[in-house]
Amino acid sequence: MDWHQLWEIASAPDNVPIVGMIPLLFFYIYLAWKQAKANDELIGELETNPAMAKTHHRKTWPFRPGWQKEVHVWPFLLRIEFLAAIIVTIVLMIWSITLYAPLEEPANPNLTMNPAKAPWYFLGLQEMLVYFDPWIAGVVMPTLIIIGLMVIPYIDTNPLGSGYYTWKQRKFAIGTFMFGFIVLWVAMIIIGTFIRGPGWQWFWPGQTWDHNRLIYEVNRDLPDLFGITSNLAKGIFGAIVVGGYFAAGGFLVHAFFRRYNPKDYKRMSLLQYSIMQFFLLTMVALPIKMALRLALHIKYVWITPWFNV
Amino acid sequence: MAEENSNGKNGNRVGLLERVKAGVKEDVQSLKTDMPAKAKEQIEGLKDPTKTQVYTSIFRHKHDDTPRNRALGVLSNVFLHLHPAKINRDAVRYSYTWGMGGITFYLFIVLTFTGVLLMFYYHPSKVQAFRDVLYLEHDVPFGKLLRNMHRWAAHLMVIAVWLHMFRVFLTGSYKKPREFNWNIGVLLLVFTLLLSFTGYLLPDDQLGFWAVTVGTNMARATPMLGHEGPFGKAFHMTPYNDVRFGLLGGSIVDANALLRSYIWHCIGIPIVASVLMIVHFWRVRKDGGISGPAPVMLTEEADKPRRAV
Ligand code: HEM
Repeated sequence: MDWHQLWEIASAPDNVPIVGMIPLLFFYIYLAWKQAKANDELIGELETNPAMAKTHHRKTWPFRPGWQKEVHVWPFLLRIEFLAAIIVTIVLMIWSITLYAPLEEPANPNLTMNPAKAPWYFLGLQEMLVYFDPWIAGVVMPTLIIIGLMVIPYIDTNPLGSGYYTWKQRKFAIGTFMFGFIVLWVAMIIIGTFIRGPGWQWFWPGQTWDHNRLIYEVNRDLPDLFGITSNLAKGIFGAIVVGGYFAAGGFLVHAFFRRYNPKDYKRMSLLQYSIMQFFLLTMVALPIKMALRLALHIKYVWITPWFNV
Repeated sequence: MAEENSNGKNGNRVGLLERVKAGVKEDVQSLKTDMPAKAKEQIEGLKDPTKTQVYTSIFRHKHDDTPRNRALGVLSNVFLHLHPAKINRDAVRYSYTWGMGGITFYLFIVLTFTGVLLMFYYHPSKVQAFRDVLYLEHDVPFGKLLRNMHRWAAHLMVIAVWLHMFRVFLTGSYKKPREFNWNIGVLLLVFTLLLSFTGYLLPDDQLGFWAVTVGTNMARATPMLGHEGPFGKAFHMTPYNDVRFGLLGGSIVDANALLRSYIWHCIGIPIVASVLMIVHFWRVRKDGGISGPAPVMLTEEADKPRRAV
């Protein structure tokens, strides 16, 4: 266990924000979960007791008849905003006094940094470079992330859970988002920061970064495993595998979705449903490709003269 | 008197002298009586500065603690009137919004302020840029604090914007009628990351240079528009005319890339982001204020119009 190495990574000034973000994220997940649980309990109670549902103010916050429903922005909101600004300023001041922004040697194109890392917030994409060609990891994925986020309001047809925390009423939506945000984005950043060392090799936390380590990995392509040699056959084979994944995966998702989310399924138009399927399957494809690579050393699934997947 | 004396030269002269004398006497008398009276009035007036013309020209209403004035205090102020006069009593709870949108905005203001100060010391040209940062670190009063604050506020803003998006998702706040504002938000997320990324190169050190090299190398692989991307060759892409060349103003990260980064970082993106923020805040109001904490909805009410609570 090389504590020094671990400390060096965790205390690199530009990594400190990530170290700080992890507990922050846990805290906010806890805060959201606590409120979701309280709301879900209230919902359960009201659903079994229609008389109560008619009169209840339907929040977990206290409310008594005669209380004002609204409060003045000044002072009740502005004082909080003011206080928040002061607290943020103080935190920022202390942070800036105690931790210095990094400044390395002047830029030198002839002296490669190893590892050369993108800024931490893009490390998820850099990690994807291991499993995908740059045009996918660097161009297609960011585009899909942006479009995927943008279509969320238009494909989520569930009217429940608007304006309050809940888990029970939006399991699928929240589960999918958590998978995307926590597993595919934040976890990849953590891997990129704490685990990837020189040569973008995998070093467990606490393992010494060995700049001379060489790993002899024999990466194969999926068609090789099946003894396919001709380029044409490889292209067709890959198209079948990728197409098959989307077809079979789509069918599986369909089978589950219409059983467990019958209301959403009924509400969704064909276009909304197909878009949902496409993004869900593309997201799930990432860990599958990662597993193929890490466990079975498979580099490409689909090989064509123009691009490889 | 003037009529009487107008016949003789002598009389005329005497009359003038007397008139002047009398006038001066009157003036002196008025100084003695009027000035103290005015001074008294002035001092009386100062006891209540809110009645002065200067004051009333600035503040358009009184500040007595009445509901009307509390509301006017918000509505008649160009900055505060982004808020409504009154809000839902539970909407001020920290546990609902986590204050994250507001904190993101506040960090943007801090970044603008510290960024403008940094611009006074920074030249976006090779060699000079790195020296300017050294100068900031060692000679400029509070230069180091300034640079640290700018950098850490930038990292914090990235984290805050993610957490804000996370909370908006978990509270289902992108649902009708806020779909469009969620999309403005996604654009803001992209521009926040791009702001951070373009700033990374500016110290012109190894860290920024290699991060931006790694980042922009992906653009080489853009399908059709990059010289190493799928179909790039078919579109006659070379290192000297593809998208990466356009981003960097050259085939390597050099002086032109520094200048382009600088202009995007200090002028282009901040303007676009500011405009989007204005739209974002405007839409928060127009969409009916923040989404909650709203009364919970029961499952059987999902497809019925929302009951008025
Ligand atoms: C520079 C970045 C951003 C700033 C300064 C900002 C600021 C704000 C503020 C001050 C609010 C009021 C409520 C609150 O504080 O939570 C708000 C609400 C909202 N924001 Fe943002 N935001 C940003 C980015 C985003 C992003 C990335 C998204 C989503 C992808 C988003 C979506 C929304 C939505 C849908 C609302 C309405 C929420 C509600 O009604 O509860 N914003 N934003």
